Amino acid sequence: MTSYLLETIKNKFPDDVLETHAFRGDETVILKKEALLKTAAFLKDELGFDFLMDLAGADYLPREPRFELVCHFYSTKHNYRLRLKCPIAGADPSVASLTPLWAGANWFEREAYDMYGLKFEGHPDLRRILMYDGFEGHPLRKDYPLKKRQPRIPHRD
Amino acid sequence: MEKKNAEIPKNWNLEELEDGRMVLNMGPSHPAMHGIVRILLTVQGERVAASDVEIGYLHRGFEKTCENMTYNQAIPYTDRLNYVSPFINNVGFSLAVEKLMGIETPPRCQYIRVIMSELSRLTDHLTCIGANAMELSAFTVYFYLINAREELYRLTDAVAGGRITPAYTRVGGLTWDLPPDFRQMTAEVFKKVRKNLDDADKMLTRNRIFYDRLHNTGHISKEDAIALSFTGPALRSTGVPLDVRKATPYLVYDRFDFDIPVGSNGDNYDRYLVRLEEMKQSMRIVEQALAQLPDGPINHPDFNVILPPKKEVYGNIEALMAHFKLTFEGVKPPKGEVYQAVEGGNGEVGFYIVSDGTGNPWRVRLRPPCFTLMGGMSKLIQGGYIADIVATFGQINMIGGELER
Repeated sequence: MTSYLLETIKNKFPDDVLETHAFRGDETVILKKEALLKTAAFLKDELGFDFLMDLAGADYLPREPRFELVCHFYSTKHNYRLRLKCPIAGADPSVASLTPLWAGANWFEREAYDMYGLKFEGHPDLRRILMYDGFEGHPLRKDYPLKKRQPRIPHRD
Repeated sequence: MEKKNAEIPKNWNLEELEDGRMVLNMGPSHPAMHGIVRILLTVQGERVAASDVEIGYLHRGFEKTCENMTYNQAIPYTDRLNYVSPFINNVGFSLAVEKLMGIETPPRCQYIRVIMSELSRLTDHLTCIGANAMELSAFTVYFYLINAREELYRLTDAVAGGRITPAYTRVGGLTWDLPPDFRQMTAEVFKKVRKNLDDADKMLTRNRIFYDRLHNTGHISKEDAIALSFTGPALRSTGVPLDVRKATPYLVYDRFDFDIPVGSNGDNYDRYLVRLEEMKQSMRIVEQALAQLPDGPINHPDFNVILPPKKEVYGNIEALMAHFKLTFEGVKPPKGEVYQAVEGGNGEVGFYIVSDGTGNPWRVRLRPPCFTLMGGMSKLIQGGYIADIVATFGQINMIGGELER
């Protein structure tokens, strides 16, 4: 079951799209991380997806590539949603930043970096957002224990 | 990239820069801002030249916790996300899991969910406007609106047994049905809410001081609001009529007649007006829903989804087994992933849930509407007065529980 939208993206980037599916009506495109920026630009400029509703990471630990970047787009023009996913290898968790296209990606990417250690290339200010400076590790990774203790941080003046 | 013993920022105190600007620290605990957030301001006289918003003071690992819970155990945690509109989070999470499982709840359950969501929206907006007015020193209005909120809390308390942490929904249904005299109670409460709203409206909307503090402060253009992923009243104040209830209707929202108020200026005053009108629309929805409310069961009939009634559990072996399995292992949605958006008080509340086929979710992600709003905060206060930050911050309606999860 593929829709017109998924076909369009597949035909436009035949070498980059790994898989498409539409589970419970949520249309999803899985593509190579190298093609993220150009596909997102195509979605924004040509297909009218003007909203970056959400951007987050996910960790599928035993699997390789282990991480996934999940973006949800919304188009006010067509009233349509689309999910874009990029598998990211654990050895090199870097991916292009979407901040040149959407200013709102800034904080979303900071959170994905904070929680999963994904490194967004081209991000203007990639630092922790919910955790503090000096926090060790990335808490939402599957190999981060639920009740892990953190070292004390030095006293601030 | 991983910084060990990272530089602790030195500018916790007032610091004068060489070019005459000053670094001013607002928060993390500031009397005129509810919630804990630190804004590092660089000011030029009274004007904000640059700012850096620092959040994370209320982070408690909601998403990590949910990964180690069954789906139903996660519902009480969703109360604590946006704790002034808990029902919307309950409903959003349950809807997401139901979408994942491919089931639909009975009509009565859907109507009740709509009613409770709209009551939550009312409490959310009442808190926002009340606190905002209080911070701008209109203390009487605060009491008027908080009184109205209290009435609504009592009403939701009568339904769910909790004022701000009701945990009312379950995957595939609800904990309880509405109390028998709910219609009458709602009518009485709405009478009081309408009166208090009218009073507050008269005291605020054309009030010179309130108007001057809100009008043309915290301004944002339509394009910037879209680029920053703003949703909810903050987006609608710029004139974009995006509301999840209308755009992609969930539950039975397509059966009601209601309007989406939009602003034109994109400033704090428009956000205030949008919220004020939305409350009236919410009451309209509740009244229509109560008029249409069908009879019937409130829970999904399948015992693989919802706990069987106690009489069945003690009466036959299948129900007993279902009870045991559901209590210990939880509902088991098939492998897959869904994104379900609902319209919260501040904008789109989105749940992205990945299931691996077991009783615990593999990944739960909440898209908090506040998060993008706070991400755009620097833009909103840029160039304005320091005093305007309080007004803007009040209209952003930051809820720490949802922002930092």
